[in-house]
Amino acid sequence: MSSLSASEAFLETPPVDVPAPLSVRVEDLHVTYRASLERRPTVARRLRRLGRGERVVREVHALRGVSFDVLQGQVVGVVGANGAGKSTLMRALAGILPPTQGRIEVHGRVSTLLALGVGFNAKLTGRQNVTLGGLAAGLDREEIARRYTEIADFAELGEDFMDMPMLTYSSGMYARLAFSVAVHMEPDILIVDEALSTGDARFKEKSFARMQELCAQARTIFLVSHGLSTITQLCTEAMWVDKGALVERGDPAKVVSAYRRFLKVGATAVTQEDV
Amino acid sequence: MSDVQVYTPFRRGLPRLGPYAREVWARRQFALELARTEIRTENTGTGLGQLWLVLNPLLLAFVYYVLTSILSGSPGGAARLAHIMAGLFLYYFFSSAVIGGAMSILSSSRLILNTAFPKMLLPISVVLVSFLRFLPSLGIYAVVHVLAGQPVRWQMLWGVVPLALVLVFATGLAMLLATVNLYFRDTKSFLPYTMRVWLYLSPVLWLPEQVRGSLAFLRWANPLFPLLGSWSEAVVEGRAPQAWMLGAGAAWAVVALLVGAWALLSREREFAVRL
Repeated sequence: MSSLSASEAFLETPPVDVPAPLSVRVEDLHVTYRASLERRPTVARRLRRLGRGERVVREVHALRGVSFDVLQGQVVGVVGANGAGKSTLMRALAGILPPTQGRIEVHGRVSTLLALGVGFNAKLTGRQNVTLGGLAAGLDREEIARRYTEIADFAELGEDFMDMPMLTYSSGMYARLAFSVAVHMEPDILIVDEALSTGDARFKEKSFARMQELCAQARTIFLVSHGLSTITQLCTEAMWVDKGALVERGDPAKVVSAYRRFLKVGATAVTQEDV
Repeated sequence: MSDVQVYTPFRRGLPRLGPYAREVWARRQFALELARTEIRTENTGTGLGQLWLVLNPLLLAFVYYVLTSILSGSPGGAARLAHIMAGLFLYYFFSSAVIGGAMSILSSSRLILNTAFPKMLLPISVVLVSFLRFLPSLGIYAVVHVLAGQPVRWQMLWGVVPLALVLVFATGLAMLLATVNLYFRDTKSFLPYTMRVWLYLSPVLWLPEQVRGSLAFLRWANPLFPLLGSWSEAVVEGRAPQAWMLGAGAAWAVVALLVGAWALLSREREFAVRL
């Protein structure tokens, strides 16, 4: 565990002439789930467990006192082992999981591209899903209609596929459309959680370029990835999360090498790969 | 740069109601679009397509007409058919809204895990689906009403009041059951039987005046008694409904909405981990 406090870590970010405005502020964030031990919680099972005096719920302390500030225009890479709390942190920033304790301040609109699939209904066509996704994200119909062509062009699925149910899509096509929707929502903050791994090399390159474009427009990006070279290439700073706490934060190369030492792995092709 | 969002732990289990209501309103188009796409996709595989929207309740009304005729030992005439049809159409709307609403949160798990939006919109959208399906059946009823020689008077417009109250009542129950179903997954399995019994206890297959003796408690214990009773008085008989029925119906509707909204809002923060 590093001795750096959040404010000291903050000083390590690359110096800028005029400090950019604040984008995200997280103060002493704790997220605790009360996870049910039942796969399918039913009345009968609950009664049976109560009869035996067993506890039905278990508390999972997924985040334990995370604090940091991120300025606009930063690309923040987030690394950490499986189950470290990265996705919980991203969901908390997106407002999907409310804090159990602490405070999150988010300046602007958040667009998410999260790991466990996108909010699409596979029975609907690509076009319908784009509309629904946009409306759920809080855009109005006119804004969506204006962006639709851009979204479809960027995803490069072809008009035929845009009007076919998403059941017929390959996983790569699915990911391309999801990415295209997320980056075209004109987010102030874009959260990408290990969502690009299914795209092909060309699309990956295109996604990187688009993310860099967003950064140039002073948007903030959070990028969760196990592809450590992606973090060093794309990010302006990095965070290492372990067991629900922020272990280290600062220059991506430094954080990634510290994380590698922790994992006891070298810079092999396997750890470099992929977003 | 658009607005600042601040996420803090919910106080007393409830989010701040003002901003929440504004969020719901801002995303009303989403609920509507979700309902529309649901209707568009549901009958696409069948030969008669959207015609099933009107055929289903119509055939059901004839089945029950035959049943009540046999049980009562007389055909009962066109007036009884009109009463059964009007009541059954409204009941059908109510029960599909409640049964669908109970599944609404669970079946949208992907959306919930990936987008931050007020979850209240999901049961609301399901109630809208049922309402949009119900509307064409009003046209069939109008034809049967005229053919049966029932009076056509302006007092029939009173029907709008019980219809609106049933809408509110169903929305409240849908929100309550959508929440309960996350904790007790058997809720969904019990519901069809509950709804079947509730139909027999409501003035659909019999007239409100027919409850006597030991069954008189249904007048105050069954929320659907005043709601469906006043609907039948207005729409079938063409007279202003009794004031007590409208009053009792309104009270049930408001209580259901408050309890349902409270249940959903106070548990909403847990939805993402209960799915």
